[in-house]
Amino acid sequence: MKFHLKVWRQKDANAPGTLENYEADNIPADASFLEMLDIVNAGLTGKNIEPIQFDSDCREGICGSCSLTINGVPHGPGRGTTCQVYMRKFKDGDTITIEPFRAEAFPVQRDLVVNRSAFDRVIQAGGYISERCGSAPDANSVPISKVIADEAMDAAACIGCGACAAACPNGSAMLFVSAKVTHLGLLPQGKPENGRRVLGMVRQMDEEGFGNCSNYYACEAVCPASVPAAFIGRMNREFTAASVKEIVGMNV
Amino acid sequence: MITSPSSSARSGPNPILLWMFSSIGKKTIVAATGILLVFFVFGHLLGNLTVFLGPDVLNAYAQKLHDLGPALWAIRVGLLGILVGHIYFTMLLWKENQRANPKKYIAADPIKTTVFSRTMRLSGLVVLAFVIFHLAHFTVRVVDPSYLVMRTQLNGHEVHNVYAMVVKGFSNAPVVAIYVIGLFLLTFHLSHGISSLFQTLGITNRRIRSNYELAGRAIAWLLFLGYVSIPISVLFFGLGKGFAQ
Repeated sequence: MKFHLKVWRQKDANAPGTLENYEADNIPADASFLEMLDIVNAGLTGKNIEPIQFDSDCREGICGSCSLTINGVPHGPGRGTTCQVYMRKFKDGDTITIEPFRAEAFPVQRDLVVNRSAFDRVIQAGGYISERCGSAPDANSVPISKVIADEAMDAAACIGCGACAAACPNGSAMLFVSAKVTHLGLLPQGKPENGRRVLGMVRQMDEEGFGNCSNYYACEAVCPASVPAAFIGRMNREFTAASVKEIVGMNV
Repeated sequence: MITSPSSSARSGPNPILLWMFSSIGKKTIVAATGILLVFFVFGHLLGNLTVFLGPDVLNAYAQKLHDLGPALWAIRVGLLGILVGHIYFTMLLWKENQRANPKKYIAADPIKTTVFSRTMRLSGLVVLAFVIFHLAHFTVRVVDPSYLVMRTQLNGHEVHNVYAMVVKGFSNAPVVAIYVIGLFLLTFHLSHGISSLFQTLGITNRRIRSNYELAGRAIAWLLFLGYVSIPISVLFFGLGKGFAQ
């Protein structure tokens, strides 16, 4: 297959950056989007042009490393990560625009590579449980109902790729934060610190310069892990409850 | 242990301000003021619909409101405060959102966002302009000063003839056009706003969310039909013909 690419090229974090045109020729229909870029890069290297820089790691849709906004949609067409987009999804001769994930809290480092460490700092502010170390407890020693376990698992599916913030017109990370708050908050191990967790993570999210939710639900539409936006509602409720406790002077 | 700036330490910033100016706090305030304004829009419609029950009912209703005296002013000031809060916190959120996403995609895609959600600020500001016009028109009555001298007899008392004012006001096609446009934009605003406020207040879950969206839109359009029925009935179907002075 053959494609016309418009790719964002940016020398470093401070350079202005611009869209450059490239031709992708002889692309197998079953190549993944990243493999297509690998082929293009091999060609560029032969012509002594700096290859296009982009993030990737597992290439099987579970690590959350790959990013790329393809034709204005983070992770491109269909549900899933960029590495799971195959070129057969496009028509032969299509023009494809590739831009980095855009959000003020995700500064572009180079070309299509963005710095998503803001998410790490949000996790450090409460995206964990304080459990004693030691050997793993016996399975089923703490009974958890199937309904709760399923719900927590749906939230835990979040791979922290940042597509939600990249798709959001407000650059808001609320789907990511709500997934973490829900996943840990539903389970008995995470419950004791629920209030502190939601306060800490939301405050860190604000600190990092993510925007506010306007309930556009673009995040939910692009999320490769199908995290539902209803979790944002749940986080709002938990945050309000924890704030009320804090205001009246209860221990949170 | 998760260490968060908890107020139990009594040394951190004021927890009320901390909540109020957090992302979710600001959203909550916009949603809470929003729901109060929706209640007002409902109540106002119910009062207005008395126009279909004849001049005496509408005039008596208007007179009752006026007789509230200080309570009426308390409601008016309260509504103004709610409106100012709604707009002020929206503007704060908007400013932050602009800062959080300054570089838009060159190949822009709306990604399943609705036209209602994308135009909230625009529709809100048009509605604000419409509300100001509406107050100037029927409350302060500076658009047509002849409304000021419309009086009528009701149960032996001389009262302001609201019915005649409404009929005369809506006999004017450009005025009706302004009302229909203003109400249409209000419907746009509420089409996203009503379902959105449940999400923001956290009264939602996965199963119910799409129902909220349908119900929100249905309520918004019902309100639209209720409101426009009055100017349309006056202008096109001769409601109150002969009562206009």
